[in-house]
Amino acid sequence: MSNRFFSPTSKLLTLAGLLLGLVALPSWAQFRVEVSGVGLTQTPIAIAVMRGEENAPQKISTIVQADLERSGQFRGNALMLAMDELTRPDFSALKQKGDEALLTGSITKLADGRYDVRFRLWDLVRGQDLGGQSYATPVGDLRMIAHRISDFIYEKLTGERGVFSTRIAYVTKLGGRFSLWVADADGENAQAALTSPEPIISPNWSPSGHELAYVSFEARKPVVYVHDVASGKRRVAANFKGNNSSPAWSPDGRSLAVTLSRDGGSQIYLIPAQGGEPRRLTQSASIDTEPVFYPDGSALYFVSDRGGSPQIYRMPTMGGPAQRVTFAGNYNISPAISPDGRWMAYISRINGQFKLQVMDLKAETNQSITDTGPDERPSFSPNGRLIVYSTQLQGREALMTSTVDGRIKARLAGQNGDIREPHWGPFLKH
Amino acid sequence: MNKTLLTLALAALLVACSSPVKLNEVPVEDKAATQVAAPPADAPAPQARSAVASIDARPLASVDAGPVGVLKVIYFDYDSFAIKPEFQAVVEKHAAYIKQDNKRRIAVEGHTDERGGREYNLALGQKRSEAVRKALNLLGVSDAQIEAVSFGKEKPAASGSSEEAFAKNRRAEIAYK
Repeated sequence: MSNRFFSPTSKLLTLAGLLLGLVALPSWAQFRVEVSGVGLTQTPIAIAVMRGEENAPQKISTIVQADLERSGQFRGNALMLAMDELTRPDFSALKQKGDEALLTGSITKLADGRYDVRFRLWDLVRGQDLGGQSYATPVGDLRMIAHRISDFIYEKLTGERGVFSTRIAYVTKLGGRFSLWVADADGENAQAALTSPEPIISPNWSPSGHELAYVSFEARKPVVYVHDVASGKRRVAANFKGNNSSPAWSPDGRSLAVTLSRDGGSQIYLIPAQGGEPRRLTQSASIDTEPVFYPDGSALYFVSDRGGSPQIYRMPTMGGPAQRVTFAGNYNISPAISPDGRWMAYISRINGQFKLQVMDLKAETNQSITDTGPDERPSFSPNGRLIVYSTQLQGREALMTSTVDGRIKARLAGQNGDIREPHWGPFLKH
Repeated sequence: MNKTLLTLALAALLVACSSPVKLNEVPVEDKAATQVAAPPADAPAPQARSAVASIDARPLASVDAGPVGVLKVIYFDYDSFAIKPEFQAVVEKHAAYIKQDNKRRIAVEGHTDERGGREYNLALGQKRSEAVRKALNLLGVSDAQIEAVSFGKEKPAASGSSEEAFAKNRRAEIAYK
């Protein structure tokens, strides 16, 4: 007897959840995925226990299943049976269960303390080997390896690059302490980059994914730092008289757009990332802040109250007149542009509530994609499919991800306390 | 097959890369052979590439307590950056105290209530601190003695989402250095 499945409970829950417009996952999962709307297809995938996994410090197959389910595009069926990358699966038996793909693999401790992780992905419909990989990795990178396996599967089965192995930075406030965290894209495995008795806001990943720019108030004023997360070395990027805030990396990583008040009001400047003299980009008597680069670097989107209320504008990076981008309502802030330049996520005040919006920049159409509020600070995943943002859930600040169309949402696991100020990092070179 | 050579080659391969190897290029059957490649006893533990180093920031202490018995907070109306007449005397007393000693330095810290985005509120709080800075300028205080900054909505004086809390949070604080 082989291929015993133990998924009927989770399948039932999933079915019941779909009927309610909400998918509740089994209790071992530390997240919830909400799916709204009908007709969404989820690819069923069987995930075997990896050989050697029972003695490994991370349950790779469980992490992979959670990743795939959180995307809303897969339904994982955990197989009790261990199958390694050399096992030739019984296609007809597995296909009968409705699964379209199968993950197998193994994990072995090496003599030097590292782990050898191997996997193979099978297409059960065609009976094909979709390939596999092996990694020799220190124990601290095992979760990252699991996420890279998820990326492999996601790319093979959807044709698009996965973002499971990318990282998200966010800030927590717990008691009087503020912490800046670097976490896996599922919110887990958070490691503190900075802790402080004063606020930390506006973390922004460099295009390389190695450095974070952010605003820390530890000197009793807002100062922009650039922080190498692996070494913990950091430097002051902007500490001029008054406020220094809202850093945004240029796509080439050479400069930062920042908001400075050194000349009286809040205005946008460009500074070399290595430090140096700022060049003023906006010339207004009003508030100009929250700059963000268009992905090709040609333009900046930013917030200004020059028209009497905060609205989003666009201006050429090299200077020139600004054009207004948002017109609905009298409070539109915190723009983020998708990596393909097609979408702009931002926050709009609607009937006193702060709501995440997505604008199609070509068609100039607009959609509200949440039922929550106050929503804050959206940013796009590097494949452009997801948006991470903060909101309030059960009276606490929490992080959510949503597909661009708002149909699939998941709450990120994370630290205790209020979780806020997320920023999704870029693809990392492996 | 020369088993020693294979072992050495495999060990070298596994040490060299934590980047992925296509599965079919690795001799998967010979995993046991890697076990003989024991590292020297004093070898450092392999470093995880996703590791993050941590920094603990320390607060600064203030030295000058400022004028005795003078309020150090100025409250503002909703969406307003104008100093109300009832706070004019407070600003004047601070101006007189700062002018007594040209080595005195202050920070004017602007604050907002919790509604809206963090960065936009930082800019709004700055408008409050700039208003106090300009008022002090008009009373003869040198700009070299004042730094106008903002905490936006990050450091509320009162918690909660009531109108009463909001009113306490829309403020500028004068901090002597």
